[in-house]
Amino acid sequence: MTYKKRLDGRDWEETRPIEAKAGNIPNADGSAFFRIGKTTAYAAVYGPRDLFPRFLKNPKKGLLRCFYNMMPFSGMGDRVRPGASRRSKEISMVMQKSLEPIVDLSEWPNAVVDVFVELTETDAGSRCAAICAAAIALADAGITMKDMVSAVAIGKVDDKLVVDLDYQEEAYEDGPVADIPVAMLHNTQEISLLQMDGEMTREELIKALELAKKITAQIYEVQKKALKDRFAQGTEKPKVSGISKGDDKNG
Amino acid sequence: MDKEIKAHVQQLLKQDKRLDGRKLDQYREPVKVEYGIAKTAEGSAKVQIGETVVTAGIKLSIEKPYPDTPDQGGIMVNVELLPLSNPKFETGPPSINAIELSRVIDRGIREAKAIDIKNLCIEKGEKAWTVSIDICPINAAGNLFDAAGLAALAALKDAKFPKYENDEIDYKTRTTKKLALSQEPLPVTIIKIGDKFLVDPTLQEEKAIDARLTVATTPDGTVSALQKGGDEPLTIAEVDEMVKIALEKGKFLREKL
Repeated sequence: MTYKKRLDGRDWEETRPIEAKAGNIPNADGSAFFRIGKTTAYAAVYGPRDLFPRFLKNPKKGLLRCFYNMMPFSGMGDRVRPGASRRSKEISMVMQKSLEPIVDLSEWPNAVVDVFVELTETDAGSRCAAICAAAIALADAGITMKDMVSAVAIGKVDDKLVVDLDYQEEAYEDGPVADIPVAMLHNTQEISLLQMDGEMTREELIKALELAKKITAQIYEVQKKALKDRFAQGTEKPKVSGISKGDDKNG
Repeated sequence: MDKEIKAHVQQLLKQDKRLDGRKLDQYREPVKVEYGIAKTAEGSAKVQIGETVVTAGIKLSIEKPYPDTPDQGGIMVNVELLPLSNPKFETGPPSINAIELSRVIDRGIREAKAIDIKNLCIEKGEKAWTVSIDICPINAAGNLFDAAGLAALAALKDAKFPKYENDEIDYKTRTTKKLALSQEPLPVTIIKIGDKFLVDPTLQEEKAIDARLTVATTPDGTVSALQKGGDEPLTIAEVDEMVKIALEKGKFLREKL
């Protein structure tokens, strides 16, 4: 019962400031920037495009592939060695699973849609930021989508339920800490990412998930605004000298 | 498709014209440098040249010096050609292009003695700082050499040592002590297509390259690294002309820092 006030002064159910932008990477078919507090994610979507190696091809529908990666200088503390780690591979997988329910690739047999997320700076909550960025980028790419997905970490620090933990809160030492990253589909209110570190009772867990519902709805509005802003100003991707990017790719 | 673009670029160049209407020795707009983009790094920067966007970050760590240089710290340059930044880049181990790029940037900085590596030594033969420079493009749309070199130098200029006490680095506390730079090397890449020289090529122009020369220079006019690329050879007179352009354009890029 020692946690009376959050370490950075936020309210219990207050996220860090969120900033989102769509269409920030001209080379990509769809892209996004998502920043929550200091955690900063860039997402790029390429495809639908031809899939290699060929044995991965699915003649019934297109494949969604996700890659989560931290830039070498983006970690708190030591340099992050480049290349896939066990952690980044697992996050890539859960990211893929959290996005799969919202995309419809039945029109794209044998093809792949690649989603690359890079983090330039992290302060906890990076998989949730990655998912939020990826979802915006998929929509920006014009991929057929059934729903939108938004993600946030709900946690318990000591006996308090909190939203969007940062690193110092995750590392709180004077009481137990639990951390639950949740991704929620906006329309169906279904959960497509659910992990947990720490301990909780069943009642607390359900309370946490109800809270996630409320917070992801707020994040959804930020994502929606990013996409609306992108197309409101008529900021279509600049094409270099009329050579379309699509032709370029097949060349 | 590449063949048609190449022919088109060559055709236009005969009248000293480029696809986007620029002069041959003109960089794309904007050329922008933003410092401190990642607080997790000891120094960081984001550079934009036209559509090309590159980030760079510095991490400082303490390592045991190499046995043959016990009183020196280390410098390491690494370029990650992220598949996020270009549809042609793939996941997996660094490609030859990434390796070349990082080695050219490395030479520019190392050979100009931009960082005094003896200054990085904490305890002879035991402990010395290693400066890791990681360069990651966000949108690779041509002329990565110059953008990467500019980003690396900007990040170095932004770098401050973390607190070091009782044999431990406290990465959360940054000191005010800057990483001292005695030189500021910058690479400029000159492209030869036909008999024309141009700077800051776009992706389309890069497909038409006959020869390429990257020249790293310092403000006093010293050349600190060279790398010739492309399939065609160069004459001595051509190299002379290209170095002249590099010195001039180095000045231009330096003003953006």
